[in-house]
Amino acid sequence: MGVSVEDRAGPGSGHGAPVIRTGALTKTYPRVTALDGLTVDIGGGVTGLVGANGAGKSTLIKILLGLIPATSGTAQVLGYDVARDGGRIRSLVGYMPEHDCLPADVSASDLTVHLGQMSGLPYPAARERAADVLRHVGLAEERYRPIGGYSTGMKQRAKLAQALVHDPRLVLLDEPTNGLDPSSRDDMLALVRRIGTDFGIAVLVTSHLLGELERISDHVVVLDSGRLLRASATTEFLHRTGTLLVEVQGKPDADRLLGQALLDAGVRATPADGRMVEVELRDDATHDLVRDLAVDLGLGLVRMQERHHRIEDVFREGGAGSVHPV
Amino acid sequence: MSTPSEGAPTGVIHDIGYRPYAGPRLGEGAVAWALFVTGLRNSFGLGRSGRSKVLPMGLLALMLLPALILVGVLVQAKDLLGLDQQIVAYSTYPMTTQLLISVFVASQAPALISRDLRFRTITLYLARPARRATYVLVRMASLTAATFLLVAAPLVLMYVGGLLADLPLGRESQRVGGALVGALLLAACLACTAALVAALTIRRGLAVTAVIVLLLVTYTVVATIQGISADTGHARVGEVAGIFSPYTLVNGVQVYVFDAPHATRTPPTGDGMGVLYLLATAVTVLGSVGAMLLRYRKVQG
Repeated sequence: MGVSVEDRAGPGSGHGAPVIRTGALTKTYPRVTALDGLTVDIGGGVTGLVGANGAGKSTLIKILLGLIPATSGTAQVLGYDVARDGGRIRSLVGYMPEHDCLPADVSASDLTVHLGQMSGLPYPAARERAADVLRHVGLAEERYRPIGGYSTGMKQRAKLAQALVHDPRLVLLDEPTNGLDPSSRDDMLALVRRIGTDFGIAVLVTSHLLGELERISDHVVVLDSGRLLRASATTEFLHRTGTLLVEVQGKPDADRLLGQALLDAGVRATPADGRMVEVELRDDATHDLVRDLAVDLGLGLVRMQERHHRIEDVFREGGAGSVHPV
Repeated sequence: MSTPSEGAPTGVIHDIGYRPYAGPRLGEGAVAWALFVTGLRNSFGLGRSGRSKVLPMGLLALMLLPALILVGVLVQAKDLLGLDQQIVAYSTYPMTTQLLISVFVASQAPALISRDLRFRTITLYLARPARRATYVLVRMASLTAATFLLVAAPLVLMYVGGLLADLPLGRESQRVGGALVGALLLAACLACTAALVAALTIRRGLAVTAVIVLLLVTYTVVATIQGISADTGHARVGEVAGIFSPYTLVNGVQVYVFDAPHATRTPPTGDGMGVLYLLATAVTVLGSVGAMLLRYRKVQG
């Protein structure tokens, strides 16, 4: 039986209350400032944490786990203060580190059971949970072989399994697609998406590859040099920068006719590759307008596709280093 | 689709989706106990690959073999040889078999300590509820318990054999009791120092070598000094030197506290020296624990 998100939303993890909340969170090392006055609220679902290497993503995760103290500022996870209730937070949060962390001489099955116990599960429950999550992450018979012989993709799956074994309310996934080939990358991203939707576990997933997070995240937080560059819903990101690709047929100059009609209607339209028209996407009414004009002109509407501008554009627009008000 | 209640053939796999966990979540004590038991089992290769069982199990067998022979001789030829006590004193046995004990500690300390640092598995432990001090103390406790089992097993075998050979129950119980306390102290001294060395080296081979060299070299130097000092009439020098090897140190404690037969040329004499030996034991154990806690404060995972 599947369990809906609502069923699992306990206090502090509902869609209203933020799962993670930071206030002017700052972490300075002797030579670098890893986090610089970060104030952000992160809710349920899948949240992508984007930033170049060294933007402060891993530092943020370690502070949220209570593993390193913040220099100043506050942070709460699931309603608990990271400075005071680190142990409580760690029992409710799963963590998948960026780097290798699996011993070579034990099997994924044994390791996951053991780490389930380390999260406070009784042994029989840890065994059952380990079998479950290993199945979910897609480790079949190989789970009984020593991890030393695993491929990178299998290791990443085992790392994900140990983060899920204690049924956390939030998982922090640090670069889960690191080192994966394109097809494994897609599998991993689909799995992360499932954790946020089907499993009902809030997800904070980091990546320095901006494109991959926009596919699976409900929200995106962009960090740059330890500062918040932008935080908003993924759809908002894409709509603001999006265009519509339209392909029409039926007359020799079909694309030009439609383009002219759109311009007459006051919508920006430009010719695109393959005899298509690229239409500025203002709001949902744009789709209707294109459809109506095509009908009026007696054209066949072959395709109407949103062309997402990538989240990279955030960097281009704002320019790295500048901070947008949230 | 038939339901199981109709008695339909089983073997149908249902995708039951993700199931949340609603059962109990145990506290830090239970977590620490689970970590302790796993560490203890791993020290003897249980729960690890078949290859990693060979060395610890082999060493345990080698530790028991001389005790078995001694018991056999005692039971069979007690009257013939006119024996009225153990052929080798309980307190001397660990000294005699120290090479086996040292190899065990040297091979298993890295397995418990360096391994988590080398593979950075420590991160996964630190990201879980137990505090890092708990992790450090439990790891050391596992290694101490494993070493104690190795040292104590032959002593218990000799004790049981002694009773079979009709040695006096009260006297033997008292002696083996003291020897078991000594075994615990020896295990603690060896495990704690070995753990500290293993925590400072990430590479397993290096840690194994470092621990063996440390234990063998200190004993050899101490034994040499004790021999020379005994021969030249400067026993005090040898007595002080005895605190610098875990084996001579703990044997000295047993001599002082339990009046056990000494296994060194210059056992501690007098209360002052006895107290010094006790203090040195405490410093060895607690100092190593303190240094370990300091070492792990820097570990970020």
